[in-house]
Amino acid sequence: MADGATPSQELDTFPKLLLENARIRGTRPASREKDLGIWQTWTWADAATEIRALALGLKALGVERGDTVCVCGDNRPHLYWAMTAAQAVGAIPVPVYQDSVADEMHYIYEHAEAKFAVVENQEQVDKLLEIKDRLPALKKIIYNDTRGMLHYDQDFLDSYEDIQELGRKYDQDNPGFYESSIAEANGSDTCTMLYTSGTTGRPKGVILSYGNMIDTAQNSIDLEGLSDQDEMLAYLPMAWIGDNIFSIAQSYVAGYCVSCPENSDTVLEDLREIGPSYFFAPPRIFENILTTVMIRIEDAATIKQKMFRYFMGVAKRVGMDILDGKSVSLGDKLLYGLGNLLIFAPLKNVIGISKVRLAYTGGVAIGPDIFIFYRSLGMNLKQIYASTEASVFITIQRDGEVNPDTSGKPAIGVDLRIEDDGEVMFKSPGVFQSYFKNDEATRETKTADGWVHTGDAGYIDNDGDLRIIDRSKDVGKLNNGAMFAPNFIENKLKFFPHIKEAVTFGHGRDQATAFINIDLESVGNWAERKNLAYSGYMDLAGQDIVYELIQDCVEQVNRDLAEDENLSASQISRFLILHKELDADDGELTRTRKVRRNIIAEKYGELIEALYSDKTHCLVEAVVTFEDGRTDSVTADVVIRDTKTNMPTQAAAE
Amino acid sequence: MADHRKIGGVLLNVEGISLSFGGVKALSNISFDVREGEVRSIIGPNGAGKSSMLNCINGFYHPQEGQITFKGETRKQMEPHQAAAQGIARTFQNIALFKGMSTLDNIMTGRNLKMKQNFLMQALYFGPARREEVEHRKVVEEVIDFLEIQSIRKTPVGKLPYGLQKRVELGRALAAEPDMLLLDEPMAGMNHEEKEDMCRYILDVNDQFGTTIVLIEHDMSVVMDISDRVVVLDYGKMLADGDPDEVRANQDVIDAYLGVTHD
Repeated sequence: MADGATPSQELDTFPKLLLENARIRGTRPASREKDLGIWQTWTWADAATEIRALALGLKALGVERGDTVCVCGDNRPHLYWAMTAAQAVGAIPVPVYQDSVADEMHYIYEHAEAKFAVVENQEQVDKLLEIKDRLPALKKIIYNDTRGMLHYDQDFLDSYEDIQELGRKYDQDNPGFYESSIAEANGSDTCTMLYTSGTTGRPKGVILSYGNMIDTAQNSIDLEGLSDQDEMLAYLPMAWIGDNIFSIAQSYVAGYCVSCPENSDTVLEDLREIGPSYFFAPPRIFENILTTVMIRIEDAATIKQKMFRYFMGVAKRVGMDILDGKSVSLGDKLLYGLGNLLIFAPLKNVIGISKVRLAYTGGVAIGPDIFIFYRSLGMNLKQIYASTEASVFITIQRDGEVNPDTSGKPAIGVDLRIEDDGEVMFKSPGVFQSYFKNDEATRETKTADGWVHTGDAGYIDNDGDLRIIDRSKDVGKLNNGAMFAPNFIENKLKFFPHIKEAVTFGHGRDQATAFINIDLESVGNWAERKNLAYSGYMDLAGQDIVYELIQDCVEQVNRDLAEDENLSASQISRFLILHKELDADDGELTRTRKVRRNIIAEKYGELIEALYSDKTHCLVEAVVTFEDGRTDSVTADVVIRDTKTNMPTQAAAE
Repeated sequence: MADHRKIGGVLLNVEGISLSFGGVKALSNISFDVREGEVRSIIGPNGAGKSSMLNCINGFYHPQEGQITFKGETRKQMEPHQAAAQGIARTFQNIALFKGMSTLDNIMTGRNLKMKQNFLMQALYFGPARREEVEHRKVVEEVIDFLEIQSIRKTPVGKLPYGLQKRVELGRALAAEPDMLLLDEPMAGMNHEEKEDMCRYILDVNDQFGTTIVLIEHDMSVVMDISDRVVVLDYGKMLADGDPDEVRANQDVIDAYLGVTHD
């Protein structure tokens, strides 16, 4: 039903796909949202009506073809509609990260030359009002949630409903305008512009065409057999490319329903209630879910703990093979079946992944233990290698050929090539058009014949799967000439539930060292069971007993590293637990939670020097930025510990 | 902020209240009024009689002298449930929630006075009782939405951190749709960000529902920021009454409460 009826010749923009979906599956659900505790559903026909009204309202306000319309807020059907509404009248929607502080927001609005903004609520309006004076181009701000907006009387503020009302009037006065406006666009036109969070420098505006999005979506739908019977939960930032593909492009092409959580704190409960069949989550989320499960198991009755441990052992042994369709002995099959009845199915039900038949993860490496946990439960979790510049998919693990260490084979239509220096390059239908107002960056990233530099070092293994080692610019050398791959080591550290973030140093040094952020939830729970009192992150992070806990983790990683001849030199010789959590608001992480090395190195220079001295303490002051942009400083005495490193063991462990 | 709010006539008038427990004088001759729609604070050092004053207003304590007029009705003696029926809701200094019940159920108890059906009908959850519960649930959901506590809707309150419990308690008071809300140290023990959130909610309640708010608070900066008028108590006596600037400038208050600089 999904394909066949879709001659891609015609349906080459989202507004056109919307009209088609309203026509052929008008009564099927298009979006859902939980409001006041009750799930509300909009069919494709409803969505088309809402979008039409808003689009024409925007037109009546003076939106011209080519204008940029910024969209900002949590995942809400109304905001997704605003994106399509802008496109329907030829404007370019630019989704903005909803948790950006005002300054970051100012950069994007100014750079994108935004004339209109559609935002979720008072919070977002307030942020815009703060920077409005410095944004002369911004003409109108439209807000969806009217709560708290009663006394805002600025004439550039309008409510979403008022604009829709305006649109309905415009529709009566200008019959046929909407259809002709939609017909005017085609696949090569700009669909959206996404600002990459960027681990270095200012965000760049990535211009993607309808063709980029729709072709990529169609290819991945063909590969995985997605249809309008599927269900997706939209909870990752709208400004992120992944959400644009999973919650918009694939939904429009395949016709499946996208549900929006009640708010960002209720995602896990909503996941359980919606029971999606198709699910994406970054490794961090899978990790969090696993941590929560483990914490609850620790608190469960002994018999339950024993059952869980026993059957998880069975699952680990045969679950992956069963999922991959490999042959397994009858006894194991029966045992797994019993485990499913007693443990796996109820557990999946509690998490909310019972119905998931396809799950992706990507962005950063996922811990093998975590990956195997979900797969052995029978959830088809696969890794993808993705980028904004590729409209998401570069490689996808194929069913039945999933190896935890790789990123899989090139997606349909994608060509891969490894440069001499190890950098991965790709060419695909999803390759972005250009960076907005930044030709230099475009030339640096995209070659004249359409190949794109990923900036990642990797290789293609014997099975034809891509393996990523690290960011090529991050790969460095220790003073003895041995390779130092910081992300690789950090990921190994982060695979421990007690460690939330890690930053390693070693390039141009004699040994490798590390900053650690403990996971407050996991370590806090551990401390509680030990009857350890603590007042907050800083207090807990400084405790000796916590240092010992983390030291065990670091030494475990050292043992692993010792087994790898290339990396045995980068065993961690000293580490410290940071006195504050690294935070995107302080510029230490990107909005997608990647570590910004330069900034951290600059900010904590003192601590790094202390790591490479024989000091056992270091007094530091750090500036903390609150969400409203105010700053405050904290002082702490950070302890530094030596760790045991091992002689290279070669492959002796085998 | 304050320019679009409407402050109406006197809603509550407290005249010559004196309260003593045996030989201890908790309050002596306290008089002040609260106008409709304002945020009115009662401040003072520990043991100044702030909570006692609140307890008198909602009928928990019965002052030996003086009278309290609420909505034009003067009373000498009244019980807390009568105060509740008249439209006064409150929160407590030490959280008084049902720890084993969910957030939702706790807030639902705030609707108790508005429920018309009898116990049996509610237990059977039948006909009008069911319709009524749906109506009440709607109000409760709006409160949950207002306070942004959707994620803890079904969590037993005892498992929640302190700051959130305070918010649930405010939610329960709001569910009663009161005309006047008495808040006993709503921000005690909170960190800076939680305090800011709580201030926001208090101002929003006042602004959007027009609820009159009487607030006891320790944190001076908070009080000065959000109050229209402030009463200062010390050892059961009234030291000052006026807008935040007047109170801040009052020498007695500076000496007694803000403390004379010693160094």
